[in-house]
Amino acid sequence: MALRLARDLLETILAHAERSYPEECCGFLLGSATEEGKCVSEIRAAGNRRDDSPRNRYSIAPEEFLVAERESRSRGLEILGFYHSHPDHPAVPSEYDREHAWAWYSYLIVPVSAGRAGAPRSYVLEEQIRSFEEERLVEEERKPCPPGS
Amino acid sequence: MPTRILIPTPLRPYTKQKDAVVVSGATVGDALRSLIEQHPDLGRHLYGEGGRLRSFVNLFVGDTDIRSLDGEATPLTGDETITVVPSVAGGAPAREAGDATELDAMEIARYSRHLIMPEVGMEGQKKLKAASVLCIGTGGLGSPLGLYLAAAGVGRIGLVDFDVVDFSNLQRQVLYGTSDVGRPKLDAARDRLADVNPHVAIETHETRLSSENALDILRGYDIVVDGTDNFPTRYLVNDACVLLGKPNVYGSIFRFEGQASVFWAPKGPCYRCLYPEPPPPGLVPSCAEGGVLGILPGIVGTIQAAEAIKLILGNGTPLLGRLLLFDALEMRFRELKLRRDPACPLCGASPTIRSLIDYEEFCGVLAVADPALAADLQVSPRDLKERLDRGERFILLDVRTPQERAICHLGASIHIPMDEIPARVHELDSRDDLVVYCKVGGRSARVLEFLRGAGFQRARNLRGGIDAWAREVDPSVPRY
Repeated sequence: MALRLARDLLETILAHAERSYPEECCGFLLGSATEEGKCVSEIRAAGNRRDDSPRNRYSIAPEEFLVAERESRSRGLEILGFYHSHPDHPAVPSEYDREHAWAWYSYLIVPVSAGRAGAPRSYVLEEQIRSFEEERLVEEERKPCPPGS
Repeated sequence: MPTRILIPTPLRPYTKQKDAVVVSGATVGDALRSLIEQHPDLGRHLYGEGGRLRSFVNLFVGDTDIRSLDGEATPLTGDETITVVPSVAGGAPAREAGDATELDAMEIARYSRHLIMPEVGMEGQKKLKAASVLCIGTGGLGSPLGLYLAAAGVGRIGLVDFDVVDFSNLQRQVLYGTSDVGRPKLDAARDRLADVNPHVAIETHETRLSSENALDILRGYDIVVDGTDNFPTRYLVNDACVLLGKPNVYGSIFRFEGQASVFWAPKGPCYRCLYPEPPPPGLVPSCAEGGVLGILPGIVGTIQAAEAIKLILGNGTPLLGRLLLFDALEMRFRELKLRRDPACPLCGASPTIRSLIDYEEFCGVLAVADPALAADLQVSPRDLKERLDRGERFILLDVRTPQERAICHLGASIHIPMDEIPARVHELDSRDDLVVYCKVGGRSARVLEFLRGAGFQRARNLRGGIDAWAREVDPSVPRY
């Protein structure tokens, strides 16, 4: 499976990560799962609920998840995964990321070094052994699939 | 309208890809039971041990989290929508844990010989404090390992064992003293290590490491150190470490010789790259059978401790890709280069082992275990005693080593060490009622198999060996 994402969406994510620096940002990846992979057609920023340590933790309120899920369902979209940033850390999942991960979802990580976003990488949890495997991130010129398809 | 439960995508493999399931029930708990009845595989994903909902599963009735209602007792009128909402959380590596770690004045005094060396210093000592190491086995290797890791200030030390301290441990297991005999090893180890260094956290796992629990236990630690004495556990530890991507600091001992290495795929080879398959059962005797020089685990265990500490500090050259061989009689160290095996079934290019297997079966130990002998081929010590007292005549055959025989033996027995049996079998008479014995019944069972194959139809095995005889029949026979 690959995660397919239009360049402008990716840039929006990177801008969100830079804007939030030195804190972590997070959000939803919405779209549809097809045979060619997961096609992201929309992103949706989420509030980072971890005001205790926002520099190295994020969490999305379940209420926010519920609303995102409901709205995407009504428009024929799915939650494909989530993005978050790693301020001053590489785009490698942490143990904490792994412990809290769910199978199937994509976890896109944006490294932000001194306020500048670097190349993002995406991971999926291999359920059997509960460890992350990197998935291919395909950057598309245009939106890879129309919303709701 | 009936109650619907909306299923998030990660759980749909367990609901035949359905995104919503219609259920019945008067409460949220009933509705969940109805859901699991229809899709049983979902159960373990929603409920953890003790039948409680998993903490990372949220349930909403309409727009409200059931935690702010009556939990699973929340009543349903029958037309609600329940949504299973996964918790979403994560974050950057907690390397700041090292930065956040501070050393107080007591710790600075304690670790001063580390702190003044540039290779450790404050930074390295904080790394040690922030690190966690799991010691599998708290016997000969685990003793010096635990003592030195605790003394060095490794912040969290996990210990796995399920044994009780025995007199025969004290010759090499320096974690324990005479007053500990009869205590669970982990209780005694915890007390001793807490005394060595009250600044470290000791976590005990009193269990036999198995395919069912290994991943869960190992996952919580940065480094795993293998101090076990048997092949099934050694392969289990190796496989679990490779699957979890954790370094496995390996050590093994036998009589006067030891080995040590660091296995850490994919940075280096794993144990299976070195030994793809275990030796046939019985070929390599355990320390209980073959003996071990008491100081040997002291040397090998401290080498393992040094490697674990170097890995934490990120300094020096680890034993990665190198097998260190040590011979205490010659007092010589040698080193072999190890390479990753591209065809390794576990860490190679196209692995065939992707989860933990049955290691007892893999190592063939089930086939030779004592109880595998049919009951009528065995005689218990009590039974034998009664029959001897009744005047029945038996020929006792001792197959232990001459050294063991010098410790103790059973009355008028013939002595032929196991290795010499094939060459000296003509000294025995197949018409006799032979009872074969060794220390605990394992070697004699193998000899019995050989003898039965050679036509000794009247031969029997002494169940539990001379050790069981000493326990059950004659306490004047010393146990070793």
